[in-house]
Amino acid sequence: MDMARLAAEHGLERVGGRPSLPQYVKQLLNRSDFTYTLAKYRMQSENERNRLGMAWVLLRPSFSALIYGTVFGVIMQGATARPPDFAPFVVIGVFILEFFNTSMNGGAKSIISNASLVQSLPFPRIVLPIAKVFQNLLDFIPTLLFMALIVIIFGARPDWDWFLFIPLVFLFWVFNQGVAFIFARATVHFRDLSQVTPFISRMIFYTSGVFFDLKVMVDKIDPSLQPFADWQPINNVLSIARGILMKDGVVPYDYFWHLAIWAFGIFIIGFVFFWQAEERFGRDE
Amino acid sequence: MSDENSYDTGSLPEVTRNSPPVVVCDNVHVRYKTLATGKKLKLGSKDVMTRKRELREVHALKGISFVAHKNESIGIIGSNGSGKSTLMRSITGLTPTSEGAIYATSRPNLLGVGAALIPDLSGARNIILGSLALGLTRDEIDAKFDDIVEFTGLEDFIDLPMRTYSSGMSQRLKFAIATSVQHEILIVDEALNVGDKKFRDRSEGRIRAIRENAGTVFLVSHSMRTIKDTCNRALWIEKGELIADGPALEVIRKYQAFTKAEKAKETEEEPG
Repeated sequence: MDMARLAAEHGLERVGGRPSLPQYVKQLLNRSDFTYTLAKYRMQSENERNRLGMAWVLLRPSFSALIYGTVFGVIMQGATARPPDFAPFVVIGVFILEFFNTSMNGGAKSIISNASLVQSLPFPRIVLPIAKVFQNLLDFIPTLLFMALIVIIFGARPDWDWFLFIPLVFLFWVFNQGVAFIFARATVHFRDLSQVTPFISRMIFYTSGVFFDLKVMVDKIDPSLQPFADWQPINNVLSIARGILMKDGVVPYDYFWHLAIWAFGIFIIGFVFFWQAEERFGRDE
Repeated sequence: MSDENSYDTGSLPEVTRNSPPVVVCDNVHVRYKTLATGKKLKLGSKDVMTRKRELREVHALKGISFVAHKNESIGIIGSNGSGKSTLMRSITGLTPTSEGAIYATSRPNLLGVGAALIPDLSGARNIILGSLALGLTRDEIDAKFDDIVEFTGLEDFIDLPMRTYSSGMSQRLKFAIATSVQHEILIVDEALNVGDKKFRDRSEGRIRAIRENAGTVFLVSHSMRTIKDTCNRALWIEKGELIADGPALEVIRKYQAFTKAEKAKETEEEPG
């Protein structure tokens, strides 16, 4: 008896194959409720474990802003060219970068730290990095409100421009999601990468203009490098956010489409890159 | 070995003849490559520097072929390390086959929902999360929620965090969630031995219900009583090879004769 023929006759499919991209997207959409609930419940349980609960979402970036503000604003006062309104400048930089960092690191761990879940239930694996980044987004929103409060204390006044935060956060989210997809798959192949991601995020932290103005800095080094600053996606996000929130800020509208190209480009590349390894996640190789 | 209260699990030929195949295993081989470190290294041992690690190949499955049909409930028996779990993992697609192929109508599910649950959340919330993980929709969960709670018998504790549950309680919760879904192909790997007698009976009833609702169940167990009560067919795997395949009672008889003989051999070999 030819078993392959028997299987074909009854419409059986080979186990361990990968769905086509459109099928995969459809499977994912069917699981949107699961994705959302997973993100929400995980956020709740993570915050409930600490005594101060949700407050840590705000306290963590506040502490880092305090540290970097002290180091670069007070101790090394002469060493770096301090942009005006340094306190809100650093707060915006640190708070916003937190969303990127948690997404990259969380994405990197999203498959490897859910190995048993991946091994026991069939669902599109991409649910895991999506849920993780969505969880980070849910954490990011109160951070944004807190950030707004801080800049108001330092003299900024809300205006209509502040609504530009809606497209900004959306594009930033899409961008972070794409990065998370790439890291989620990469760490499955090279597990050691999860040890390296903290250094990558630190590198990004120090080169993206969190506590200095990247454009001014690049100008000092070599003015011909200006396009690099104009197309650095994190710098795009930070510059727009500062333009919106800070007292004498000017919104660099150009950066919106720079960021949009980055966000959708990375998202699509990341999605396909992740999907290509779908059947390999969870296998013990 | 008495059959007094064994269920009428149906005779194999009838089911096999009348139902379409749902899982086809065609000459499945699985080989692992693992680093064998030989002896366990002791602190300060000189062997640390000398490379004693070698790549060893483990031939876990050596050409398994069978066809599973709709409505069958198949018990998988065999000694520890015989390859039962490896076979189940290859059927789900998690362990790639080195040779041969496995075909199935839908992706077989392992009965396991535990990994999706969050210990800090209440049992009730975990029922929602676990059911979503299994692919139920919100409406289906709303409809089934009370049944699941009732099945666990944990009505009084359902609003407490799952981490406060005893291991038996959380096993019951997991089983109740996992079996609330009608699986097309379900794999149960040693999960029925949890809880007290009452819960075990109810669990076996659930497995039977899944099969009766046109599902196919694979059940890995060392409890011959469980296999006898729930399965109509059994596969006996020993050292990666399929030794016997047939009606559950027959295969179990063969297997028990084998283990008895092995035991007798062992006691013979032992001096004194």
